[in-house]
Amino acid sequence: MVTDEAIFDAVGEVADPEVPVLTIADLGVLRGVRHEGDEVVVTITPTYSGCPAMDLIRHEVELTLNHLGVDGRVETVLSPAWTTDWMSAAGKSKLTEYGIAPPTGTRAVGGPVMLSLTIRCPLCGSPDTSELSRFGSTSCKSLWRCNSCREPFDHFKAI
Amino acid sequence: MSDLFDYTVRLGDDALIAAQRTAEWIAAAPQLEEDVALGNIGLDQLGQARSLLQYAGSLDGRTEDDLAYFREEREFRNLQLCELPNGDFAHAMARLLYFATYQHLLYEELRTCADETLAGVAGKAVKEVAYHVDHATQWVLRLGDGTEESHRRMQAALEALWPYTGEMFESDELIGRLAVAVDPAPLRAEWERRVLAVIDESTCSRPEASYQHTGGRSGRHTEHLGYLLAELQHVARSHPGATW
Repeated sequence: MVTDEAIFDAVGEVADPEVPVLTIADLGVLRGVRHEGDEVVVTITPTYSGCPAMDLIRHEVELTLNHLGVDGRVETVLSPAWTTDWMSAAGKSKLTEYGIAPPTGTRAVGGPVMLSLTIRCPLCGSPDTSELSRFGSTSCKSLWRCNSCREPFDHFKAI
Repeated sequence: MSDLFDYTVRLGDDALIAAQRTAEWIAAAPQLEEDVALGNIGLDQLGQARSLLQYAGSLDGRTEDDLAYFREEREFRNLQLCELPNGDFAHAMARLLYFATYQHLLYEELRTCADETLAGVAGKAVKEVAYHVDHATQWVLRLGDGTEESHRRMQAALEALWPYTGEMFESDELIGRLAVAVDPAPLRAEWERRVLAVIDESTCSRPEASYQHTGGRSGRHTEHLGYLLAELQHVARSHPGATW
């Protein structure tokens, strides 16, 4: 029998379709693997309620289970709600290399939204950047511009 | 039909109809960044609607699609505020300020309710809605405290939608009976405090107390909902059973 740990490691390699340098394990989207009798249950959680990548991620996880030759299903859970705090340190440095500024700090639920966080440009490292739009190419990102190198870049929002 | 079903459908319909109106802005917003922002906000609302309608459907053997595409106008339980036509961009931001502030207060309470699923949906949604409130706030300030024309339009929008805000805070028998339901009436004071603070800062004047429309929670809607549903439902109804 394939162990839960081995299954976790295998399905954890599924890449996020929107940010393909990150795996679902890096993101914290993969929540767990457990056996229910002979059946394997993989739980995943969406980054945002409307995240359109979830269907593809679910499908890829199912394919991986198939390759491993295990019988299983994928369960989506909403609680506890996903937070950028779950993103691994490795994930954050992969994001920077990819050209996306990783999330910084944490944001208390219901607390005030910080308006003037300094986000470092992932391309040249300058802290002199400005926000163009709170909402970027996907729900999880905002759009920024570096005032030093003038390049636009995405920032993974803290949530 | 259980009280829990009815209550969940109210929340789900608010989110679904709001999402449909928000989506209408895509490719029609005043700037590209705003197309993207409203697209994302609509997607958040749609995601919340899906979670809620899936849950409601699971309580009585229907799917989220059955509930979204195969109910008639009078079976929808959304607030009238959500279904009103978009109007100009100031109207969109006034509606988002009113609605997202309400949703934020509501979800904040709901995330600690005894129903695990509703609490889970709310715990997720409250973080998304905080960004919606922030986005609307920035625009109301910018437009209200902008040019003479933007100020005039922002003021007009805030006033035009104010008569639809009272409905958000109506309690009724269903809410009284259902322990997990959040009574919206006590949320009103804090809602007014937050919204009026934004209006004051925007240099607009506070809308005057006025007649308040009501009826959405019992299926009585403005004439606009039917047209919205026609667009939302017609593909699904033209090709029953189709999947995509």
